[in-house]
Amino acid sequence: MNRLRRFFCTPEAVAGAAILASLIAMALAAPLIFPGDPQAIAGPALLPPFHDWSLPLGTDRLGRDVLAELFHGARTSLAVGLAAAAAALLIGAIVGTLAGFAGGLIDEVLMRVTDAFQTVPSFLLALAFVSIVGPSLGVVVAAIALGAWTGPARVARAEVLSIRERDYVAGARVIGMYPLEIAFREVLPNALPPVLALSSVIVAAAILTEAALSFLGLGDPNRVTWGGMIAEGRTVLRTAPFLSIVPGVALVLTVLGVYLAGEGVVESTAVRRSLS
Amino acid sequence: MTVLAVSNLAKRYRRGGKPFAAVDEVSFEIGPAETLALAGPSGSGKSTIAKLVLRLIEPDAGRIDFEGGDFLALSGGSLRARRARLQMVFQDPLAAFNPRATVARVLDDPLRIHAIASRAERPLRIAALLERVGLETNLATRAIHEISGGQRQRVAIARAIATRPSLIVLDEAVSALDVSVRGQILELLLDLQRQERIAYLFISHDLGVIRAIAHRVVILDAGKIAESGDARTVIANPQSAVGKALVAATPKLVRTSQEAS
Ligand SMILES: Nc1ncnc2c1ncn2[C@@H]1O[C@H](COP(=O)(O)OP(=O)(O)O)[C@@H](O)[C@H]1O
Ligand SMILES: [Mg+2]
Repeated sequence: MNRLRRFFCTPEAVAGAAILASLIAMALAAPLIFPGDPQAIAGPALLPPFHDWSLPLGTDRLGRDVLAELFHGARTSLAVGLAAAAAALLIGAIVGTLAGFAGGLIDEVLMRVTDAFQTVPSFLLALAFVSIVGPSLGVVVAAIALGAWTGPARVARAEVLSIRERDYVAGARVIGMYPLEIAFREVLPNALPPVLALSSVIVAAAILTEAALSFLGLGDPNRVTWGGMIAEGRTVLRTAPFLSIVPGVALVLTVLGVYLAGEGVVESTAVRRSLS
Repeated sequence: MTVLAVSNLAKRYRRGGKPFAAVDEVSFEIGPAETLALAGPSGSGKSTIAKLVLRLIEPDAGRIDFEGGDFLALSGGSLRARRARLQMVFQDPLAAFNPRATVARVLDDPLRIHAIASRAERPLRIAALLERVGLETNLATRAIHEISGGQRQRVAIARAIATRPSLIVLDEAVSALDVSVRGQILELLLDLQRQERIAYLFISHDLGVIRAIAHRVVILDAGKIAESGDARTVIANPQSAVGKALVAATPKLVRTSQEAS
């Protein structure tokens, strides 16, 4: 409760939370407000915004409702961003815990693999993965997670290295606990806070990567995405710039919202930690 | 008959690039229901011996026989199974538990790991353990960080006796406690020893405490045994320089020995 109050004390955190809340509302409300196929033709092509109140943000090159696309795009962005970040954090936490707890050869091997993944630019990795396996929502999520798990793995490993020297880990060994149980039940949960602190940055990066993949035509073709909308709008950038600007602004606001809210959470918990 | 026999135990570390012996040619034995104290100034190797005996670290040389078997020969599953008989209580009872744990979980773990009680029976066992160490059974649902230091050390003792060990290593187990609580915990340890015939390897730098609980004492100096013998005799008339220094550093000791006489 206290932490919540502290969270809402910083204006950045409030702004971030507000942006995120409206984004989530958009994503949840999309199928209710725009129940039809957002990729279906809804009116005349290239209708500018604020001209027809049944199509408030106008239409694109093919006559699709931009507002409907924006709402459904929020769904994709959020879903991919959250799923990819969750996958990256999970993989990273597991790899980092195993490496830090086991030490020796296992640590050596796992950290070399982490190094290898980290040296390849994550966007290139995602690009290569999607072009080989083929674009679908699951593959895009996997591709983004593939480039994002190394950070959490390093943080988790560093944390585990310090935790494993604590008395209670020795205590777990003394009562005969199985090493994997010590690693994942005793150590990992206590190593999570600094790993989770990375999540806002990872979610923001994942949303951007998804948009970039879609922009290059490597997103799930059956879903509306903001990146895809920007790519669509690019062909008529001179005559109808709003087609690129609207999803672009949505993207920037989303990333900003995720980042600010994440910072707020980290800050409010950090204060609590330094107090206790 | 001995519970634990340690012979020529050695552990070397490096300090500033040079190897030095944290534990050097240490030998001792502990019989059933006996308390052997390890005394010595800070850095004399007491905790290192505790960790070696518990196989938390491996010795560079020497032998450890526990309940008549070569303890150093065990590994993997057979070592884990044997650990039921050889338990430990740490100095800082807060650091000794997972910060997220509840009292019930802390006591449930050994019962589950060593299959001492079925899942359905365990809550009863946990309640019995809490009663055994003089705690209310409703403490079980509390988080470890919510209870007092003395209560926590009682929980640590309950956890140590959960698997019915023949030996418990206590590394400065009462040093962090208030004087009044310390006396109660020592009482509890003595009572458990009488009833369950548990042997203690009792580590402390406080000769007053050692005098109250230990049968025999081993005084360490820089990893080596400086002297050993009957606790009261050694404390009353230390022969080694460290022994004399330790007695001199324990002002309360003079008073209690006067009271006793
Ligand atoms: N892991 C380690 N690495 C290097 N030196 C250590 C390590 N553990 C203990 N030592 C050293 O070994 C000596 C004995 O330490 P310890 O057994 O903890 O002493 P005590 O418990 O009697 O105070 C000290 O000089 C300490 O610095
Ligand atoms: Mg010590």
